[in-house]
Amino acid sequence: MLELAVSVLIVLGGLFALVGSIGMVKLPDLLTRLHAPTKATTLGVGGALAASMVFFAGFEGSLSIHEVLITAFLFLTAPISAHFIAKAHLHEHVELREGLPPTGRPQGWSTFESLPDPSADEDGDGDDARAAHH
Amino acid sequence: MIEYALNFGFFALSLAVLLNLWRLLRGPTLMDRVLAVDTMVINVIALIILFGIQQRTTIFFEAALLFAMFGFISTVAYCRFVLRGDVIE
Repeated sequence: MLELAVSVLIVLGGLFALVGSIGMVKLPDLLTRLHAPTKATTLGVGGALAASMVFFAGFEGSLSIHEVLITAFLFLTAPISAHFIAKAHLHEHVELREGLPPTGRPQGWSTFESLPDPSADEDGDGDDARAAHH
Repeated sequence: MIEYALNFGFFALSLAVLLNLWRLLRGPTLMDRVLAVDTMVINVIALIILFGIQQRTTIFFEAALLFAMFGFISTVAYCRFVLRGDVIE
């Protein structure tokens, strides 16, 4: 039974990692390519780590928290690195800025514009920041 | 049964690393290559974990943790270099 659980987790992890990497090769441009590794591959390594945890707890009798540590670290850092990669890509390619949707706020995208000066906005509803940018 | 699952896992992850390598060599933009290296590090961590299961030893966890940290730090450092022209200001 434990053996079955470990095997299923290993196969699921391998499949997820493979799907993520295939997506990174197949998808058309970087901003769509970012989806595949940050979701699927992180789940894949999560499956491998869960398999390792079940294996060492069940067969070797030693419950270790190393796996939890690695999983937590990867799940915390994957969105941060994806955010940084997207930001650097937008920074490099100026022509992509026109395709961005409106922010719905007085100030523009924080990647391209600095924060509005809070002292210039007396009534606090962002009118002055809008006037400064348009 | 675990042996067969491990063989499948090694096959799938090796194929995934090869696909990452193709994206790393192909590009076409700079950030594609950074993303490829980031994904490759994650796949190699999974490979190390599976190798630890096969060898029935826990000493590879430290290696996996170090890989995770260095992969994240190198990605963030490269992106900061592209964004700011400097890593540590």
